[in-house]
Amino acid sequence: MKKTIHQVQERIRDGNARVVTAEQMPDIVAELGEEEALAEVDVVTTGTFGAMCSSGSFFNFGHADPPIRMERVWLNDVEAYAGLAAVDAYIGATQQSTTREDQYGGAHVIEDFIAGKSVELRAMSRGTDCYPRRTITTELLLENLNQAIMCNPRNGYQRYNAACNSTDRALYTYMGMLLPSCGNVTYSGSGLLNPISNDPGLRRIGSGVPCFLGGAPGMVVGEGTQASPGSGFGTLMVTGDMKQMDTEYIRAATMKGYGVTLYVGLGIPIPVLDIETVRSTAVRDEDIWVDVIDYGIPARNRPSKMKVNYAMLKSGHLEVNGEEIRTSSLSSVRRARRIASELKGWIESGKMNVCLPTRPIDATKKAGPMIETVQGPRVLEIMDHRVISISEEEPIRDAARKLLKGEINHLPVINSEGVLVGIVTTYDISKAVVNPGKGTLVRDIMRRKVITTTADEAVDIAVQKLEKHNISALPVVDRDFKVIGMLTAMDLGKLFGGRWLK
Amino acid sequence: MKLLVTYSRREGKKPIIAQIVRDTGVLVNVERALIDSSEGEALIDIPDDSCRIVRDKLADLGATVRLLEEEISLDESECVDCGACISICLQEVFTFDTESKLRMDAEKCVLCGRCIEICPHKALSRKSET
Repeated sequence: MKKTIHQVQERIRDGNARVVTAEQMPDIVAELGEEEALAEVDVVTTGTFGAMCSSGSFFNFGHADPPIRMERVWLNDVEAYAGLAAVDAYIGATQQSTTREDQYGGAHVIEDFIAGKSVELRAMSRGTDCYPRRTITTELLLENLNQAIMCNPRNGYQRYNAACNSTDRALYTYMGMLLPSCGNVTYSGSGLLNPISNDPGLRRIGSGVPCFLGGAPGMVVGEGTQASPGSGFGTLMVTGDMKQMDTEYIRAATMKGYGVTLYVGLGIPIPVLDIETVRSTAVRDEDIWVDVIDYGIPARNRPSKMKVNYAMLKSGHLEVNGEEIRTSSLSSVRRARRIASELKGWIESGKMNVCLPTRPIDATKKAGPMIETVQGPRVLEIMDHRVISISEEEPIRDAARKLLKGEINHLPVINSEGVLVGIVTTYDISKAVVNPGKGTLVRDIMRRKVITTTADEAVDIAVQKLEKHNISALPVVDRDFKVIGMLTAMDLGKLFGGRWLK
Repeated sequence: MKLLVTYSRREGKKPIIAQIVRDTGVLVNVERALIDSSEGEALIDIPDDSCRIVRDKLADLGATVRLLEEEISLDESECVDCGACISICLQEVFTFDTESKLRMDAEKCVLCGRCIEICPHKALSRKSET
């Protein structure tokens, strides 16, 4: 048996369509069987509510008198992109305020507009014959704008890898706070309620398909940026009228240590026309698997700690090597559920109908990494190649001599095999002089926990280590933990005026 | 029950908590403590029926004692039930109920402040500050 889109559309128009949420569908299919579920269910509604950084809105402010061609625009001190026609601008959700930093950003401007609050517009221009005005400041409400069109380049991630942190200090990421030593796992996405998880082949979701966006009827524009449905990470570009949105479903947020983001509510109705759609909408949390990625590794290809499914993640804890690790979400399942059920009401009442994509999305496509034609600086290129070290058995006095002679402040300590075992600084030696009694040998005063770098590490990563640990030098070690150089704060000066700034 | 104990250390380094334990025989659980050269602040957990004796004794030793009651506050209008606070709280104050709504068991809270810092929606605060 098959149904046509016209039959479903007609039933929606007549108010007779049978609509269920993606949470109800698996049990219906289990109970009725696929054939009967196909006959019974016309539309499955989905929903998700979570942080979607790649969001923003186009505004048209109308013309001032005398008119201005805005070249730079700020809304409540958050800069919007104005490289468009005279009074158009696009505000990105993650853009931060010039005055309030991560406490206010583009996402907050969007939420404030929707909440009916007044927003200050400031703009400047160099002035032209047709647009003589150079500056403008005014207070605007959402209703004063000609258009406020939310257009989010990348929303509705099919699923998202969970996060943990194997290092010995807490990390603050866009996946929230990650406790040291894999003390917790955070995840995002609504699992079985997620739009694309209910249509991974993108047979029903595509350009022109209606959706719920931030409480307003919206539309899928098409493939989202960085979409990788071929590897299970499809995304969507979506649009909707901000004037019809509701702050219940659009919320600004700040991820500590990361910055501003926007929580977006998105739902898509999926017409059930064939057995394949019955199967795909019967997906359960147990069927949707993701990796737990170690954010402690500062590289693009972070290793996966383990594979988990959304049922495991939603249970609140994972068992790893006999130990219980607590999990928590960053997106709201409760609100995702509310979106799916509100959307269900829209379809049942005929407020929204369904349609087939006017242009399909390529479900086999995979996103690729950036092509880097110029490699950023590596530690090898700026490090101090001199290796001045000391053995742990030598007297403190000899360490002081070496520091003076080398005009350095950090002295790596090595054992008899030449392996790095500690570090002493001029500060440690001064301390030993003021407070003698700890011993007279280097090993009595050295710090045993040494933060190191490697020759091929990116300088930016090494700089981050210096900052995080509040230190000013890193021994550069090879694979056997033998010292091959030092990277000090002074070496970083080589980046300036050198070839890296040309 | 939880008591917030603050005391001056100017008169010398009195082992105030140890003395309480010895004198009263009550087993004190130190949940959180911040002690520097001039001042000490400790959040202690004790059995409810020992409250009187511990409080009096602490007062005798010159400490200020405040009963800590549900000091963490959740603003339901800001909370979106995302759950970012759940796994970062070592006291397990936060959980989801069966409807995925955030529940808070403030009695377990030791006011470390971590959830207040990381809540993406600024829905959590100290009651004294709301």
